[in-house]
Amino acid sequence: MSGLNKIKGADVFVVADNVLSPLGKTTDENFLKLGRNLSAVKQHEDPNFSSQPFFASLFDRNESIIKEGEYAYTKFEQLLISSIGEALQGSGIDVQNKKTVLIISSTKGNISLLETEGNDESLRNRIALPASARLVSDYFGFVNPPVIISNACISGALAILTGMRLLQSGQYENAVIAGADVISKFILSGFESFNALSPQICKPFDCLHDGLNLGEGAATIILSTNKKYRQNVKVKGGAVSNDANHISGPSRTGEELASAITKAMQDADISAADIGFISAHGTATVYNDEMEANAFYLTGLQNTPLNSLKGYYGHTLGAAGLIESIISVHSLKHGLVPATMGFKESGPIHPLNVTSYLLPVNTKHFLKTASGFGGCNTALIFGI
Amino acid sequence: MTKNGISLFDDAITDPAVFFLSVYRHFQLNYPKYHKMDNLSKLGWLTAEILLKDNFKEGRYKSEDIGIILANASSSLDNDLKYFETTKDTASPSLFVYTLPNIVIGEICIRNHFKGEHAFFVQDAFDAGFMEQQVNYLVSKNILQACICGWVELLEQEYKAVLFLVEKKKEARSILFSAENMEIIFAGS
Repeated sequence: MSGLNKIKGADVFVVADNVLSPLGKTTDENFLKLGRNLSAVKQHEDPNFSSQPFFASLFDRNESIIKEGEYAYTKFEQLLISSIGEALQGSGIDVQNKKTVLIISSTKGNISLLETEGNDESLRNRIALPASARLVSDYFGFVNPPVIISNACISGALAILTGMRLLQSGQYENAVIAGADVISKFILSGFESFNALSPQICKPFDCLHDGLNLGEGAATIILSTNKKYRQNVKVKGGAVSNDANHISGPSRTGEELASAITKAMQDADISAADIGFISAHGTATVYNDEMEANAFYLTGLQNTPLNSLKGYYGHTLGAAGLIESIISVHSLKHGLVPATMGFKESGPIHPLNVTSYLLPVNTKHFLKTASGFGGCNTALIFGI
Repeated sequence: MTKNGISLFDDAITDPAVFFLSVYRHFQLNYPKYHKMDNLSKLGWLTAEILLKDNFKEGRYKSEDIGIILANASSSLDNDLKYFETTKDTASPSLFVYTLPNIVIGEICIRNHFKGEHAFFVQDAFDAGFMEQQVNYLVSKNILQACICGWVELLEQEYKAVLFLVEKKKEARSILFSAENMEIIFAGS
């Protein structure tokens, strides 16, 4: 059996990006808040969400995300429109070019409409992800049909990988990749039913980690193979694997995430020693953190500086892989890796080099990982 | 239900869960986990069972060299509606886990020990050209040696699953993997 094909497609550059979260409306604003160790996770009491108080990172209910237009966009669609619009501004990317594709990632899209609208056929059509994607695509005037990815908590990272591959194959020159999820009773009640929520700001990889926080957010990354961006950060490689073990619990060994990391490094043609820092999934559930620690141990990355941003944003589901990748691209550019909010003392059996302060780094590559329900894992390598 | 154009089983039953159970029994399948799956996973899992039975030599490949690329229109809305009903009283964790469309991929992977690349896409209608491009990338770059791809759609009483087994190695009965051939088979199913 032959190894991975070494014939590479064109280089894929990061052109522009946006992070839209309760911490801020631009990536710069978000990055600044992370540097100051400010978290958007706080306690909420809202009977429409839960009978219990809960910790989450939520947009202000009264905050309008885009100006009211002729069409009543849902909050999910407003988040996407706002994030894509900000990323496109001044980017020079022509959305009406046949060589530009829109990719959207979300786990649950408009599902919160079930809680406020009557269940009939028109509501079902409104909840369908292609309906939202079409509205967002038409808002900007993209000419190609949007690609929609819904693959649990790896959706955002997988959207970036899918974009990189569509560009490498030469089918498109530019990819606008956006993800969003909105938190409502539907999602919150599910994680509550799993006893997966932390009763405080979550503590990724800490010995007292006791569950995750949920968060709302959107993010957009624009990629291009156009050589005029050759000075920019590149998406250098990636891979996906499946645990084939359990639909709601991660692998016990971490071998499958480790396999995705190894293949992503091969795809990027680098080794573990080239990776300057890791943006982990780090949900702060015991099972996730242990599995990830095993995978980093198996790939020789246990001493590489690593962070999780879940203590700042909570788990933003379909946006998480995008938000965390984009923040890390800026870490690479600024040479500063944010601290891991909530982390004090190492928890997993295999200790990791978890950042506990804003860490100066001088490196050319970072690794982004994500894992989720259905046994899915993905690893991405970005580099200069 | 057909495989390679040949009808294998038919039944006048219209309710999906009842029809799926009659398929499960007809082929004498024995997989206790099947009974806790939601209807979308049952549909995808059963279709994969029929697809792989008899002619797939799993041992030929490493588990990480086999992948799954699926798409549908309604994501997991069928089960989302059922889960949402439970939130009015006591939210059901066993239904919540199926509120993601890629769980059907996880179920097929668990059954067959497939550990390779996978992805779930949502689209208005089956886009054979996109599917061909996605699978060809993975197979031509040797990221996968074999891949199941296709459409697994279910919303309440309406459903359709069409799966294709794509292998690098040509078999006697193989046909060329192309968007055109997928479209012909999809339209005739």
